[in-house]
Amino acid sequence: MKTLGLRCGPWAVILGAMWLALAVPGAAQAAPAIEHWVQPSGARVHLVQTAALPMLDVQIDLDAGSRRDPAPQAGLAQTTAALLRAGVQAHGERAALDENALAEAWADLGAQFSASATRDRLSLRLRTLTQPDLLQATQDLLAQQLAAPAFAAPVWQRERQRWVARWQQGQTEPEVLAEQLLHAAVYGAHPYGQQARPETWAAIEAEHARAFWQRHAQACSARVTLVGAISRERADALVRELLAGWQGHGCTALPPVPEVQALAQGRLIEQPFAVAQTQILIGQPGLARRDPDFLAFMVANQILGGSGFSSRLMQEVRERRGLTYDIHSRFVPGRHAGAFVVATTTQPQRAAQALALVQEEIRRFVADGPTQAEMEHAQAALINGFGLRLDSNRELLQEVAALAWHDLPLDDLQTWGARVAALERAQVHRALQRVLQPERMVTVVFGGPAP
Amino acid sequence: MASFAALAALLLAPLPSLAQAQPAPAPEQVATAPSSASASSAAHQSTLANGLTLIVLPDRRAPTALQMLWVRAGSMDEVDGQSGLAHVVEHMLFKGTPTVPEGEISRLVAAMGGRDNAFVSRDVTSFHQQIPAARLPDVMRLEADRFAHNTWPDDAFWREMQVIKEERRQMVEESAQARMFEVFMASAWLAHPYRRPIVGWMSDLLSLQPDDARAFYQRWYVPGNAALVVVGDVDVAQVRAWAERYFGAIPARAVPERKPQTEPEQRGTRRIEYIGRTDRPLLVMGYKVPQLAHPDATDAASTDALALLLLAGVLDGHSAARLERQLVQGAVGRRVAQEVSASFGYLGRGPQLFLLSGTPAPGVSPAELEAALVAEIARVAREGVSEAELRRVRNQWLAAEVFQRDSLFAQARLLGSYWAQGWPVDSSERLMRRLSAVTPQQVQAVAARHFSPQRLTVGLLLPEQAP
Repeated sequence: MKTLGLRCGPWAVILGAMWLALAVPGAAQAAPAIEHWVQPSGARVHLVQTAALPMLDVQIDLDAGSRRDPAPQAGLAQTTAALLRAGVQAHGERAALDENALAEAWADLGAQFSASATRDRLSLRLRTLTQPDLLQATQDLLAQQLAAPAFAAPVWQRERQRWVARWQQGQTEPEVLAEQLLHAAVYGAHPYGQQARPETWAAIEAEHARAFWQRHAQACSARVTLVGAISRERADALVRELLAGWQGHGCTALPPVPEVQALAQGRLIEQPFAVAQTQILIGQPGLARRDPDFLAFMVANQILGGSGFSSRLMQEVRERRGLTYDIHSRFVPGRHAGAFVVATTTQPQRAAQALALVQEEIRRFVADGPTQAEMEHAQAALINGFGLRLDSNRELLQEVAALAWHDLPLDDLQTWGARVAALERAQVHRALQRVLQPERMVTVVFGGPAP
Repeated sequence: MASFAALAALLLAPLPSLAQAQPAPAPEQVATAPSSASASSAAHQSTLANGLTLIVLPDRRAPTALQMLWVRAGSMDEVDGQSGLAHVVEHMLFKGTPTVPEGEISRLVAAMGGRDNAFVSRDVTSFHQQIPAARLPDVMRLEADRFAHNTWPDDAFWREMQVIKEERRQMVEESAQARMFEVFMASAWLAHPYRRPIVGWMSDLLSLQPDDARAFYQRWYVPGNAALVVVGDVDVAQVRAWAERYFGAIPARAVPERKPQTEPEQRGTRRIEYIGRTDRPLLVMGYKVPQLAHPDATDAASTDALALLLLAGVLDGHSAARLERQLVQGAVGRRVAQEVSASFGYLGRGPQLFLLSGTPAPGVSPAELEAALVAEIARVAREGVSEAELRRVRNQWLAAEVFQRDSLFAQARLLGSYWAQGWPVDSSERLMRRLSAVTPQQVQAVAARHFSPQRLTVGLLLPEQAP
């Protein structure tokens, strides 16, 4: 799942790579050539061949994100991802490796493996050099790891202690606490709102992670995306080998997950806390990635607070009034309607002023929509910036993996510029009014005097 | 605008919980390295008549380009009472020129489809734009214009100071870890300007005047104190011609004298505590160690600095490295730490610290964690390290060098950092050659030689006690 929007804080460098990318009017849209095929196992493979650097990125996405966590075991998907690194059992002719031998094997190869779970996906990522002997050794190691993870109980005992300690540290941090309050209120009982806590980790044992893995690591629903210096034949063989160990996991459909419910009424949550800055968060459910209004809403968000310095919120709250260092809007378009959030921080004495201003800007934007000039600026920025979105293997991987995950058409990137260019102001305004209800948003004011 | 990257890199990244020894090495033929041309050696460096350095690295994978303008002026070039000024000037560079109004540069870059930002560190200030390659001359013109003609009314200064104070509150005052690290640095350095926080003390931010910022800009933003780095789908000769046209017209001026401000020898452990809003203690230990003068330098200090880089990798280069295994997993008999790290910053205009840090495991005191960290260094000094440990660290660096070439930004940042040090554009290769020759005996020797308690500064963050 991806967060849209440029955040003008320390994360700008990371998030900035996402959606600002585009088109001098008339410039050709050089979208990458995506090869796509389905393996006999059912795995859907997407490949972009880039020959310039002797390296390969692979991402395997599974329908095993935290939305699949049983509520009393919130955190199970993340636990499963973390324990994939906790050693491997013997497999075929290959000997077992404990967590340290496994980490050393990766370091020896100079290759990088990571596993993480977001709300939708459990993502396995590999980055390796493509020298043939190295690639083969990397393939063998990862195939063993995916086929026979050890899910070592002692490692989980230790990691659980560390996670609890980090969670307790987080309970002293205003930004963390404010986000917790917002997400609980926006998502209600929906699985997107489940938050791991010490008592839910306490309910998880290593064997639960093994069972979760065997249930969800299914080739038939996996999306595999590859970007790098590799032929289609070699890529096909690589993916077969990596997923070979999952044959015994079968292919049974997972239960449907309900949609996020719209909020029935607005709500103000004020939490006293001794702070240097008051955290202000305003949010509500946004929209799913496959929603027909996705593109129009993306442009609206860009104009409101998703495009850094030219956004309305940045201009009004920071540039004109110096109320904050960072204000942005973002939304998380997953398989369900992830949260739309406006976030800022300011000194407690000015929190009431900042809150009133931000609320008024949201109301005004939804009521009146963007101006024609704002539309044209946003469209030019997005279209002209298209190339910057795809100028590294890392970014290509992210874009193509998202396309694969959401079952978008293969030419989605080719047609993207034309579709953005075709958007009209009225259409963006309608999408904005359909998705956002300023009078029914959750507002969190965390720390400092009540406004 | 924003010193996002630099504040992240230097106010946040130096925080012990995030610190990692990640030197940026070069591709070379070692065991597993691919035989590919190195990136940085393909960079072209030249100097304009007015003294401005130009560094161009073609990378034609996509029709995009990155411009980074570097000024060798960071927080270390400020004077007491004006801490935070380099960062303030960086923000003010977005406030216009006689021909480009306030905020317009970001609006123009965005309309091109580009992204722009800037950052400040202890050593440098850097401004950057990523754009479609065809727009490179446009951003070169804009950058040259504000380098030479940045002008703003007092009102713009006072508005921006509000933003900068909020930035300090967000990045430092809200974080007990950041505040402890601020005090730690101010204690480790007495004479050297690295003792001042990049974002500045609040008292200084409250008293800075518009003319302070104008004077700093006048003093340090001169062609002989700057470098233009361009990476992307570009032609070297064409970029040179554009640089002559846009930057070449800026008159040469003398680069101001710099005072050495040499740190006196430390003769005894220094300890500071910071009581703050935290759930658990955080320990940081900084040793004053020798510095690498140049990738080719063979003096004793530089040779030892290279061995110290490998030592940091052996201690904390991957999740099965020594500190994690011994202290977090508890190979020493019991778990001593929840988190632990070691790092050695080899890039910097000023002196560097070898940092060890960690948070104690439940039931372990900070003193016990400190003793355990010292014991791991002592174990290297006593028993040495294996060739396999060194090879593992080197293989990771070699592969990481190739991976890094996937990012225009990472390549440009490295080239600019080398320039700031006065190092050549192919420093990565030179460094990796040197690192490949470091022996286990050398690593053992530096562990024995450079970790005297006399040269140690200890910072400890402690939770507030309930009243």
